[in-house]
Amino acid sequence: MADAGMLRFHVPEPEVRPGGTPDFSNVPIPKAGSVPRPDIDVDPRTIRDYAFSIIRVLNRNGEAVGPWAGLLSSDELLAGLRHMMTLRTFDARMQMAQRQGKTSFYMQHLGEEAVACAFRKALAPGDMNFPTYRQAGLLIADGYPMVTMMNQIYSNEADPLKGRQLPIMYSSKEHGFFSISGNLATQYIQAVGWAMASAISNDSKIAAAWIGDGSTAESDFHSALVFASTYKAPVVLNVVNNQWAISTFQGIARGGSGTFAARGLGFGIPSLRVDGNDYLAVHAVAKWAAERARSNLGPTLVEYVTYRAGAHSSSDDPSAYRPKTESDAWPLGDPIVRLKNHLIQLGIWSDERHAQAEAEILDTVIAAQKEAESHGTLHAGGKPSTRDMFEGLYAEMPPHLRRQRQQAGV
Amino acid sequence: MPRRTMIEAIRDAMDVSMGRDDKVVVFGEDVGFFGGVFRCTQGLQAKYGKSRCFDAPINESGIVGSAIGMAAYGLKPCVEIQFADYMYPAYDQLTQEAARLRYRSNGDFTCPIVVRMPTGGGIFGGQTHSQSPEALFTHVSGLKTVVPSNPHDAKGLLIAAIEDPDPVIFLEPKRLYNGPFDGHHDRPVTPWSKHALGEVADGHYTVPLGKAAIRRPGSAVTVLAYGTMVYVAQAAVEETGIDAEIIDLRTLLPLDLDAIVASVKKTGRCVIVHEATLTSGFGAELSALVQENCFYHLEAPVARVAGWDTPYPHAQEWDYFPGPARVGRALLETMGA
Repeated sequence: MADAGMLRFHVPEPEVRPGGTPDFSNVPIPKAGSVPRPDIDVDPRTIRDYAFSIIRVLNRNGEAVGPWAGLLSSDELLAGLRHMMTLRTFDARMQMAQRQGKTSFYMQHLGEEAVACAFRKALAPGDMNFPTYRQAGLLIADGYPMVTMMNQIYSNEADPLKGRQLPIMYSSKEHGFFSISGNLATQYIQAVGWAMASAISNDSKIAAAWIGDGSTAESDFHSALVFASTYKAPVVLNVVNNQWAISTFQGIARGGSGTFAARGLGFGIPSLRVDGNDYLAVHAVAKWAAERARSNLGPTLVEYVTYRAGAHSSSDDPSAYRPKTESDAWPLGDPIVRLKNHLIQLGIWSDERHAQAEAEILDTVIAAQKEAESHGTLHAGGKPSTRDMFEGLYAEMPPHLRRQRQQAGV
Repeated sequence: MPRRTMIEAIRDAMDVSMGRDDKVVVFGEDVGFFGGVFRCTQGLQAKYGKSRCFDAPINESGIVGSAIGMAAYGLKPCVEIQFADYMYPAYDQLTQEAARLRYRSNGDFTCPIVVRMPTGGGIFGGQTHSQSPEALFTHVSGLKTVVPSNPHDAKGLLIAAIEDPDPVIFLEPKRLYNGPFDGHHDRPVTPWSKHALGEVADGHYTVPLGKAAIRRPGSAVTVLAYGTMVYVAQAAVEETGIDAEIIDLRTLLPLDLDAIVASVKKTGRCVIVHEATLTSGFGAELSALVQENCFYHLEAPVARVAGWDTPYPHAQEWDYFPGPARVGRALLETMGA
């Protein structure tokens, strides 16, 4: 055996750091329409290459092309654009509210609006999402009141979660949006359990699990894939690959694996990659996966290839770890601009109408914000009672908590 | 009345619960076809089918995490962790998810799960088949923690736990599965069939969570114990001849503080006994509560007899396990003898 020399420790590095020129030339982007659309009962072993490609519908000219196109009506597309624009405006206002000290914390979706907004439209009433903190588009696209979202962000007297949760950790059973936890990846296996319960109950509802690229490294990602595979649970396993986990580039979680979608292959789970900035592609793939789940064909793993254009959170400064212009260089562009161009190309939208819609949406969001602020913000106005702090931990308050509540004088 | 071992009583509790409510599902490692490594789920899969009782991958976080998702859907999972020593991979799910789901969602979602896990030593189980991690659960807001000491209670408490709307950690002292054990490892073990608390009624009944039981009324000193230590305390009391009042706590959280305070105010003395390691063990909480609530009635320092602050050893089993001799010495010291 040849002398291999001393071992050397390997730590992956992103291609470019601050001060460098962004370069995504190493990210292969297949042409729109080039990936076939298999039947939902396809043998997973025959579509293994889908885990290494990218399903795309919108081409450079804004045309919807290929076998994944043509699922949405003009009205649905216009609504989708409005949802994404609303989410972006909502984000901007709430980010500003955080800077103004009206709340302690916020997390934006900038650049990722298509993923959750389009996915929501592939689900049926009664289905349940197990989201992370970056899928508020699920709520916006389902018509959840923005005022209620803001009340939660402000932890005010109208906060549905009584001030107990950090901003943006929403919960709405009614809107198929499971309570968000700060602990990463925990909800991924819970989604599988929910789906197992639906199957055990011979129901027709399905679950959707959500995770980011960084959190796929958590052990619950593995747990979820094992359980989903073993029990053929009716669940869509979503991985939102936005390239960044706070300051850590996706290579730290992905390691030598070709893609995050490829992780599903070892579990025998059909795994697809999709252009996460292409509203039509996201919706088409989500619908395919949802139909598979609903037809008792088991789980699907979907990797959404996108880019976290904003800071990780209101507490983060990305210029410390990546080039400031990196998001401009992202080859899959901006999901709102791309859908807008498609609608213009279809002849049902224009720059003028877009500018008008932007103004209308801003008015709506500001009106919602005023209403929410009339119920208070984190440090001013109405707030949840101290008594609420002790309530709702158990169905019935145990004696020791009753004593502590008395000690607190409430 | 029929006599049952603790294993049979626990199995009967799940059988009764599954028969009454089709939302109750039972799963865990080796729980399905095989019926569990301790036989606690024997026959349940055959009787209720694979969708109600099934085998799980070896993944404790997955077992508890999927159970939480099922509970959010509306089922009532009663899952098994093969040994309490192996609950740690599920600790994130138990403490950050199950315990807080109702609170953080303001009741939008709830988590009515039961997590059964065999606990305790005295079986030459070594470091990872003997642990008593109850303090790691009682410290967590939102969980309930139960430790039965006999077949009658095991069945009634388990049915109550399954019916409870909140997550319950159900610790089963495996040393008591087949018969009571007083720490005299050199003597033959008597089976539950010869013990009054081995009488387990058929059908549905509950033992309420949060209520202690007085196992031996007495006036000289109060002994607080649970699980196997109830019998060790009984042996120590018989051997020292001290008129102790032995309280079996049964539920550690919510705790029956009223029963404890009433007893200590009567006796003026208190000895706390548990298998778990001493430092920051549940005995520390009990001791603090007794001191806070019974200070002017105490005639001696509150004593604690516990496992040593070491990992549970193998060869030194009986030097580690707090047996009747150690408990007896603590009783005598507390009495000033």
